[in-house]
Amino acid sequence: MDHLSKLENQSIYILREAFNKFEHLAMLWSIGKDSTVLLWLARKAFLGHVPFPLVHVDTSYKIPSMIEYRDRLVREWKLQLVVGQNHAVLEAGTTFPNGRATRVECCGTLKKDALQQVLAKHHYTGVIVGVRRDEEPTRAKERYFSPRDKNMEWNVEDQPPELWDQFKTDFAPGAHIRIHPLLHWTEVNVWEYIERENIPVIPLYFANGEGLRYRSLGCAPCTAPIKSSARTVSEIITELRQTRTPERSGRAQDQESEDAFEKLRRDGYM
Amino acid sequence: MTPTEQLKIVIVGHVDHGKSTLVGRLFHDTGSLPEGKLEQLRRVAERRGVPFEWANLMDALQSERDQNITIDTAQIWFHTARRQYVIIDAPGHKEFLKNMVTGAAQAEAALLVIDAHEGVQENSRRHGYLLHLLGIRQVAVLVNKLDLENYSAARFQQVENDYRAWLKTIGLEPRVFIPIVARDGDNIATRSGKLGWYDGPTVLEALDGFSATDRPDHQPLRMPIQDVYRFDHRRILAGRVEAGVIQVGDKIVFSPTDKTSTVKTIERWNAPATDRAAAGESIGITLTEQIFVARGAVAAHEAAPPYELSRFKARLFWLGKRPFAKGRNYKLKLATQELECFIESVDQVIDASSLAVVSRKEHELFVGRHEVAELTLRTRKPLAFDVHADIAPTGRFVIVDEFDVAGGGIIIGDNYPRRTHDAGTKSDNIFWSRGKVTPQQRAARHGHPGCVIWLTGLSSSGKSTIATELERELFNLGRSVYVLDGDNIRHGLGSDLGFSPKDRAENIRRVAEVAKLFADAGVICITAFISPYRADRDFARKIMPAGRFIEVHVNAPIEVCERRDPKGLYAKARAKEIKEFTGISAPYEPPLHPEIELRTDQLSVSESVARVLEHLQLQDDSSAISI
Repeated sequence: MDHLSKLENQSIYILREAFNKFEHLAMLWSIGKDSTVLLWLARKAFLGHVPFPLVHVDTSYKIPSMIEYRDRLVREWKLQLVVGQNHAVLEAGTTFPNGRATRVECCGTLKKDALQQVLAKHHYTGVIVGVRRDEEPTRAKERYFSPRDKNMEWNVEDQPPELWDQFKTDFAPGAHIRIHPLLHWTEVNVWEYIERENIPVIPLYFANGEGLRYRSLGCAPCTAPIKSSARTVSEIITELRQTRTPERSGRAQDQESEDAFEKLRRDGYM
Repeated sequence: MTPTEQLKIVIVGHVDHGKSTLVGRLFHDTGSLPEGKLEQLRRVAERRGVPFEWANLMDALQSERDQNITIDTAQIWFHTARRQYVIIDAPGHKEFLKNMVTGAAQAEAALLVIDAHEGVQENSRRHGYLLHLLGIRQVAVLVNKLDLENYSAARFQQVENDYRAWLKTIGLEPRVFIPIVARDGDNIATRSGKLGWYDGPTVLEALDGFSATDRPDHQPLRMPIQDVYRFDHRRILAGRVEAGVIQVGDKIVFSPTDKTSTVKTIERWNAPATDRAAAGESIGITLTEQIFVARGAVAAHEAAPPYELSRFKARLFWLGKRPFAKGRNYKLKLATQELECFIESVDQVIDASSLAVVSRKEHELFVGRHEVAELTLRTRKPLAFDVHADIAPTGRFVIVDEFDVAGGGIIIGDNYPRRTHDAGTKSDNIFWSRGKVTPQQRAARHGHPGCVIWLTGLSSSGKSTIATELERELFNLGRSVYVLDGDNIRHGLGSDLGFSPKDRAENIRRVAEVAKLFADAGVICITAFISPYRADRDFARKIMPAGRFIEVHVNAPIEVCERRDPKGLYAKARAKEIKEFTGISAPYEPPLHPEIELRTDQLSVSESVARVLEHLQLQDDSSAISI
């Protein structure tokens, strides 16, 4: 079996475990390439169906074409969409683009807190998230089934053992489990799979006329495109096989302090 | 464009034997370092006035700062011309065994590092043992720091001989032993002049020689059912083929319920339609005949089903904060099955750091944290499984203590029966009780319905011994149980009867009626009588509800019984002091279709008892499941 098929089969297995074990299950969809591949894998696992809602945490600062793309797929693929938004903070205006919060604080309220609110509102105990180990060092330490306590905190020093595809599915009340079916994929695998399966991705990933493309998508004020001439999926794959620059180099909040991302993640960020 | 192939490896070994240095060198020598990283680290070392250490590279790559999170398993990537590698960082310290196991369980191959100067140490042995337990068979042993031993071929050979001999005792055979100096890159990516006497592969060549293991599709089919979906008005059984191949038209048996059907279609989405799926594929299947199958069932071909037993031997490592203790109940997860389990006996406990046998006062009672043990486990219901050495995915399990996966184990071979005997037909519930207490209420009170376990066989075949042992086991399991023994009955209930065929028939009739009353009262009634005539036993069966009479043929050849002869009865019969002695001067009609046959010339008492217990548990299970 080829490598992509191995990755795919493992992800399907994990998705099916999650669906069997969690009554209140949702999948986070950031509209980016990873969670869109994850969505595709869910359709593989459930034979064309997506039997749980997709949660999009909308900071209101997303690049506008992301929202258009989101709504189009919801229509075409008949998806159940739940949008989470931190209205209180947006109304108070204490955000980074307003100059009234640091980038990390802004991520904390508009993404992490918004996520916490939407999970609480719908009583989700299982949340499927498209993070990968190769993205970033703290994500490298993740488990496929990763518990968060009632305050959403991640106890990275004391994680459950995970072996032979036996996952943590028993947990104390109040806790929830993050499920990471893409954990073992790499960035280039994601693009190879997009190519193989012909998955529609948002055009922001492809180089525009000025030789720029987004490698990782986030909020407009904190996400910068990279220099690239890759205009097709296969050109992106060629580019990635040669690059030595990290994937999230265009994400400004990671660079604000040395351990910014680590702190965000311990507190419950995706 | 060919997709990137990837192999997951784990690097293990004793503390300070050079694991991190090796990783640093592998990264550098394969050109996998991020731009400027090496120069940056050299500058940092220079500024601090300390020598540059390759070992720091791994930490730097993981951007470990003061957060102390090195202790968890992490992964980093490097390339050779052949493929991409993922190094799973599995920390070697004892307290991080949980992370080491998590990391190593995902690996397809392992590099085990031994310091040539210090030689084989505790962790070298412990890690070797765990690799074996986790099922990793592709192992290269790297004998490091040979510069400290003047690049001596003799020293290398000595370490190899020591370690190879030890690994052999646990059944692990490494592919290759490689002499290296990780710090200087000797025999890592390029051949070393200083170790010119060595003509085997370099570390990278050894890695490239490993195969990205596919799941074995030449083995018997095993497809554990993960879930049952009802999409588009169809019932689809979802699961991953763990071993073997499944095809449309295959006749499939589902264990442990033993229902059969035929594969109608194989379901995938957005993939070429085929009528075949091999090991590793997550698929769905539909069946021609609709039968009740739920998560946990294992699909197999009829010719080669898994074992279906509630008792097996295992080798297990324990990671839990609380010990794995006898007398408590745990959840066992094997493939997609989840069952309640408990320890029957702990046969041996081994300290995982020294691998010495632990002599503990009550060592049979528990397995402590970071210990390894050989033990016998029981499940409350039959488990479908394989021996790990035969089919790994259905031969390994984890134990859950409260909310946590606290241990893992592999099932080891033993003289297992293939399965418990057929459960017989289902209860028709034709109890005649007209009182105000129903049979169901009695069963609820006792935790089980009543039944008769009828032991029949020659004198000295072992009936009374098995009956009393079985009574003790069932009593300990919390069951209501009572033995009607031949000698005791003849003292009272049958004291007016002799041994003529007519009197024997009457004796057995009385026993049968009494046993039936016990069973009606909700008790498991065990009878231990020669009961030589088929017609008498058939009467005892006929008066019981279907499925509630279990005939057990306690079968040993008459020569064996005569040799045992504890009461000297055979001798007397041969001397014609006893007339009409069964087997000598009176006939014994063996059962034609006993529920259980116990060859007591081949089975021990405890094995015999276990078979009866397995039968009882399977029966409970099948009557609980309705189609």
